Amino acid sequence: MDPLYLQNQFPDAIPRAFLDKGEAVVHVIPEELHNILKICKNDPQLKFEFLMDVVGVDYLGQQPRFEVIYLLYSLTQNHRLRLHVRVNEGEMLPTASNLWASADWAEREVWDMFGIAFSGHPNLKRILLFEGFEGHPLRRDYPVSKRQEIPEIEEKL
Amino acid sequence: METDALKPKPVYLNLGPAHPAMHGTLRLFCELDGEIIVRAVPEFGYLHRGFEKHCENSTWTQCIPYTDRLNYVSAMMNNVGFCKGVEDLMGIVLPERAQIIRVIVCEMNRIMDHLVATGTNVVDIGALTNFWYYFNVREKFYNIIEKLCGARLTTAYTRIGGVMRDLYPEFQAEMNDCLKSLDKAIKDVTGLLNHNKIFLNRTVGVGVISQEDAMQYGFTGPCLRATGVAYDIRKKQPYYQYEDYDFEVVVAANGDTYDRIMVRFEEMRQSTRIIEQAMAKLKPGPIMTDDKRAALPPKSEVYTNIEALMNHFKLIYEGIRPPAGEIYSCTEAANGELGFYIVSNGEGVPYRVKCRPPCFPIYQAYPKMIEGRMIADAIAVLGGLNIVAGELDR
Repeated sequence: MDPLYLQNQFPDAIPRAFLDKGEAVVHVIPEELHNILKICKNDPQLKFEFLMDVVGVDYLGQQPRFEVIYLLYSLTQNHRLRLHVRVNEGEMLPTASNLWASADWAEREVWDMFGIAFSGHPNLKRILLFEGFEGHPLRRDYPVSKRQEIPEIEEKL
Repeated sequence: METDALKPKPVYLNLGPAHPAMHGTLRLFCELDGEIIVRAVPEFGYLHRGFEKHCENSTWTQCIPYTDRLNYVSAMMNNVGFCKGVEDLMGIVLPERAQIIRVIVCEMNRIMDHLVATGTNVVDIGALTNFWYYFNVREKFYNIIEKLCGARLTTAYTRIGGVMRDLYPEFQAEMNDCLKSLDKAIKDVTGLLNHNKIFLNRTVGVGVISQEDAMQYGFTGPCLRATGVAYDIRKKQPYYQYEDYDFEVVVAANGDTYDRIMVRFEEMRQSTRIIEQAMAKLKPGPIMTDDKRAALPPKSEVYTNIEALMNHFKLIYEGIRPPAGEIYSCTEAANGELGFYIVSNGEGVPYRVKCRPPCFPIYQAYPKMIEGRMIADAIAVLGGLNIVAGELDR
């Protein structure tokens, strides 16, 4: 896929678009994220039916600190896209779970591991770790040897 | 007597995490109306061991044994998936023999994974005999793997730039023997299941998911193909010269448990074809790349040549150093798209490794597939989805 196809339409929302080792990559500003994702899904030239995963990366020491990557795949066009967005600690990103159902758990995992919140998410709570866990373990400043006790949890649905 | 007293109250049932039919440490909390599941909430993470955090604190080569533990039913496919990601990042192209060996072990592991998935699925719905027919064959495959790399489950067979060890001399004969007994086992099992009324009642129309929903949830692999979507990375975006192999992408139409089982049956036959073609293509040659950034120099040079000696020490002490950059690389694992998003900052340890396990998105749709159905159906559906807690929880 040609990453410039998107950038030419939305030059303000997409500061960078390039091919990286054959992969199409676009960098999106957080304010326009939901808009661009919606276009990625619905534009007949793009037609990304699959949101394969949402990945968080902590670039500790950089501004903005975190990067969230949306991995998209289109079956009809047989192409992929990596959509990057940078976000600072405490800032929120709009949820993509109203576009792809797979975003629901993927975003919960990003929240669980990095503490990046998604506004409008129907059920934003921990997914792999237990309720009561302190901190977000995949942040670069979370010590690898740190241990936590599992608290007693009341049974609830 | 007042009829109000007979009105059923909701009953809560806790399935797992230590339940024999829950396939690993999965927990399902159900609200029941009689025997019907009204609402189900899956809880997992019991097997979370911080795979991604561990990778950030190990050299690139040390990450490979961790990948065995993702989908431990088909460990070699995870080895291949991770190594392919790093190789793509470094721009390494494997020698032909290494590529063919990887294809062979991947297809062998796909067969083994499907044997477990279908075998245990039918055990859960009461058909134990099939399981023994299948596990006899699986044992033979494990003997091959043991001879190949010394371990049965935790293989760590690949290296960045190739594979650990070449095929042993009797490999082809033993593999052919194995494939023959596999063919017989599939015939035996399908003979027991086809037209078997109990089996059909338990699986046809159970756990149906539509094409649109499956794509929405990010289904891949046999579960997606059971709904009729012909998405297979080996055909759509081929790697390791899969485009040269003659095989079919197996699709079904209804997206129920029956279709998922049948797709796996047929995929085992297709994998057999691929292995036979791959073994015919095998020619003597190197099994590791000669790229000095990843491959250890041969011992004859290490002992005689100072540069090879330094290269050896640097690769062992500092590890492989892929150039700074990021990549998303995916392979068609037994259960669907196994993806690795890898970030390198040019150092000897990964900056970030994110694994996309195929069963994570699939498990998300599980409550939707069982709500409104019996508890027994929930067990039948779970087996068909083939959720492996090792890769789900990472």
